[in-house]
Amino acid sequence: MDAIYTDHLTKTFDTITAVDNISLSIEQGELFGLLGPNGAGKTTTIKMLSTLLSPTSGSARVWGHDIRHERDEVRRSIGMVFQDPAVDDQLTGRENLDFHARMYGMNKMTRSSRMQEVLALVGLEDKADILLKNYSGGMKRRLEIARGLMHYPKVLFLDEPTLGLDPQTRYHIWEYIRNLNSKQQVTIILTTHYMDEADALCSRIAIIDYGKIRTVNTPDALKNSIGNDLLQIKASDLDLLAQELEKQEWVQGITRFDSCIYAGVRQGEEKIPLTINLAQSVGVQVTALSIRKPTLEDVFLHYTGKTIREEEVSNIDRIRARIRTNRRGGHS
Amino acid sequence: MTRWFNMQAIYVMWLREMKRYIRARSRIIGSLGMPFFFLIFLGTGFKNFRSPHFPTSVDYLNFVAPGIMAIVLQLGSMFGGMSILWDRQFGFLKEIMVTPVSRISIVLGRTIGGITTAVLQSLLFFCVALFAGLKVPSIQGVINCLLFMILIACAFVNMGLVIASLMRDMQGFSIIMNFVMVPIFLLSGALFPLQELPRWVQYLCYVNPLFYGVDGLRFSLIGISIVPVLLDYIALIGFCSVMMVTGAFLFNRLDID
Repeated sequence: MDAIYTDHLTKTFDTITAVDNISLSIEQGELFGLLGPNGAGKTTTIKMLSTLLSPTSGSARVWGHDIRHERDEVRRSIGMVFQDPAVDDQLTGRENLDFHARMYGMNKMTRSSRMQEVLALVGLEDKADILLKNYSGGMKRRLEIARGLMHYPKVLFLDEPTLGLDPQTRYHIWEYIRNLNSKQQVTIILTTHYMDEADALCSRIAIIDYGKIRTVNTPDALKNSIGNDLLQIKASDLDLLAQELEKQEWVQGITRFDSCIYAGVRQGEEKIPLTINLAQSVGVQVTALSIRKPTLEDVFLHYTGKTIREEEVSNIDRIRARIRTNRRGGHS
Repeated sequence: MTRWFNMQAIYVMWLREMKRYIRARSRIIGSLGMPFFFLIFLGTGFKNFRSPHFPTSVDYLNFVAPGIMAIVLQLGSMFGGMSILWDRQFGFLKEIMVTPVSRISIVLGRTIGGITTAVLQSLLFFCVALFAGLKVPSIQGVINCLLFMILIACAFVNMGLVIASLMRDMQGFSIIMNFVMVPIFLLSGALFPLQELPRWVQYLCYVNPLFYGVDGLRFSLIGISIVPVLLDYIALIGFCSVMMVTGAFLFNRLDID
């Protein structure tokens, strides 16, 4: 049985298709990443899988339970850490955990022993009796992770777990996430728009953009899929050079971005002279040429035709539009 | 299948409301201020006001105290019901909605929590009113009074829930305040005898649930009422039921984004 299985899962808000025909299967024990810019449909996907939103069409199973017809079973199988804080900051850490545990029907014995366990797991034992309004952002996030684990979920969803946290806190959270996955054997699905986060944590990554899955694979396979080495070329006539490079069988993939050509190749050192010769033979002047290992950023650029940072900017309008239509759409 | 009636969940939702209520001490004191000043200044200012619609043995302070108590209940419980909008804004509603607790239990927990805080609040006001000169009612009067308090609170917590499920955020709050809450208490007979109003406005009062609440409280505390007290009970219970069913229905189809 897969931990998660989705079959043409789709969600439309009025005219916007937030999630477009997503078919995925995630195995038990995976640390799976949904990587994409804001507004790509990551959160909507997770909300459907956690029964907070009902899909427009398609279906999905979480730990074997249908998200439409077996909502309570799904809810029981999952833990959830939302993108924005979802804590009651008039309550202490312990009270927040206790609230959660009782909502899941845990008895007094399991409640208190499990509470100690999860508090220790995120290193908050000595802060448990402080009101949440006095917690820092990182502490809140850790408490939410602990809370998501209280009721022994099979699958844990982490929606942008390190959004807005400082680098040091981020690395700590990464450690907790790795530990959970390996030592507690919890299947984890996380969404992120940070390349380094996806690269550092995930066993498999799905790149998602405009509600569609562009590709799914391990981080290494994704990087290799666009070439072991990446040549970054600046030249006097980019169009012509790109055209010529495309014809060469040793070029695995070409991406044009800004005023550069990115060519994925194998044994990059040997391809430097070839590239220069090729350029000269068609009368193009190469002005700069460098070689490096491809990163996830390059993979993202290759599959979506843009960088994630560029996406951020243009997405602000998209998100605004979406919020507006959501408001107008009311509760449909 | 989960039981639709989840006792432990209802209890913990209630417990949360209590903790939040007790921790917000300044809010408790603050919200007693307005009704206290109303009682003191209206009671003193209209000390010699008499109306053919209530016995001369009853002064205005005793006439208006049950009315202000009903307003305290109405405002307190409507705020209580609408506070799910805050939970929504601060994200906590998501945490509640993702748990395997039936929506009915969530609504019940919320309702019982809201009733408790609103009733506590109006009991505090009741004590203040006793000091200010409200006549001490009989035991039977106190029991009736408590029942009416619970019914009024139940009705308006659920009305708050209904309104909150139809709103996205606190943006429309002042409209609700000024065009729903204020007309309800002005047309309830809380502050003046309704018999002075034009006939057609009086008909409007008969569909106002708070009218029956005020009438019931006044019957319990000072022994005068416009309609039979049994009718007050029936009307309030009926209104509560309609609001609870509507609230549960709307809450059930609430999408969380």
